[in-house]
Amino acid sequence: MSTAIAVPGQDVNTDAGITLRSLSMDAKAKGLMEQRAAANEDWVALMSRVRDHQDRAAFAALFSHFAPRVKAFLMKSGASESLAEECAQDVMATLWTKSHMFDPTRASVSTWVFTIARNRKIDALRKQRRPEPEDLPWGPEAEPDQADVLALRQESDKLKAAISDLPDKQRDLIERAYYGDLTHSEIAEVTGLPLGTIKSRIRLALDRLRHAMG
Amino acid sequence: MSDVQHHLTDALLMSYASGSLTEGYALVVATHVSMCDECRARLESFEALGGALVDEADSVAMSDDALEATMALIDAAPVFERPEPVASDLPAPVRDYIGGSLSDVRWRAIGGGVRQAMIKTADRTKVRLLSIPGGTAIPDHGHRGLELTLVLKGAFRDEDDRFGPGDIEVATEDLDHTPVAEEGETCICLAATDAPLRFHGLIPRIAQPFIGI
Repeated sequence: MSTAIAVPGQDVNTDAGITLRSLSMDAKAKGLMEQRAAANEDWVALMSRVRDHQDRAAFAALFSHFAPRVKAFLMKSGASESLAEECAQDVMATLWTKSHMFDPTRASVSTWVFTIARNRKIDALRKQRRPEPEDLPWGPEAEPDQADVLALRQESDKLKAAISDLPDKQRDLIERAYYGDLTHSEIAEVTGLPLGTIKSRIRLALDRLRHAMG
Repeated sequence: MSDVQHHLTDALLMSYASGSLTEGYALVVATHVSMCDECRARLESFEALGGALVDEADSVAMSDDALEATMALIDAAPVFERPEPVASDLPAPVRDYIGGSLSDVRWRAIGGGVRQAMIKTADRTKVRLLSIPGGTAIPDHGHRGLELTLVLKGAFRDEDDRFGPGDIEVATEDLDHTPVAEEGETCICLAATDAPLRFHGLIPRIAQPFIGI
């Protein structure tokens, strides 16, 4: 990246591979960010409360947002209503029992919910095993750097905005891919996905984990 | 591993992230991701796309007692223990299917010093481990459908490229090539094909139905 532009509060990779953190944040950007934070529940904070304090109220808030969405996702993927209900409960239970495996520097809570729901779907609808990549041996850090958590969250918000800005036809194709309606060769026709920046952010988090443990 | 040169395609990562890739191909994809941080980051970005869709999705009301029922599931669940890492010379996804290390693999000779071990999956994809002595060519073959070949140990070359540990070759029907294991260390590959390989040589073609390749 030779034309790196410093964004307030975000890390910037320079050609030398050095990470700079821009310290100034103008009032406008800060205000925007606070608005956004107020509009969205802080799901990561709720997840920490579930993990560290078995906080049932925090879990109830996560449940009321995510469970009905997971149920809809499973029904669109071909599950009956009763199967979707049962699986959505399983998915939400897994969110709790594996809460210490969630790494907010690499995934939003929505993304984590999605991966659990996807695996449950493969198990329940296709009756196939899901080979998973090897876990990183050092696992998520107990106290991740809040700047990294915030940066991932901002990238997730930007991704959501970018997806809703896509032409209807392309967005529809992406949805069909994730609901299991497209074959591998049809998926190969899906191009122009706005994933570059969130991928760089996740890669950075992976590199940091490796260095922290190396 | 940072020296991986040959990576997964976007289509394979998106198919795997969305859960539509069949088990046999998924096993090879998961194994490559275990060896390649770049593809792990790409995979997780495709999962972020799934997360964005779930977040924006419509919702369907849960039953009235759903939260209570879920709390009961949680209370009844055994405490989740992170599994202790098992020492193995194979990446975890393959190890889980083999049930051990390379020394536990039950090889069958398929001629020319080449050995293979089939890995059972629930779908029609054929997955196998191949062991190719250094300097040995795999019989020249074409493909029907998609073929993935991931190097676990050693290296092979074809007409165009070199494939070392962690490198994956994504081949389709139009690729007709002759991979040769590099001199030296035996090359161990994990390969998945959709349809039986089609060998050009006469002897392998006759033997094909019998050796299950």
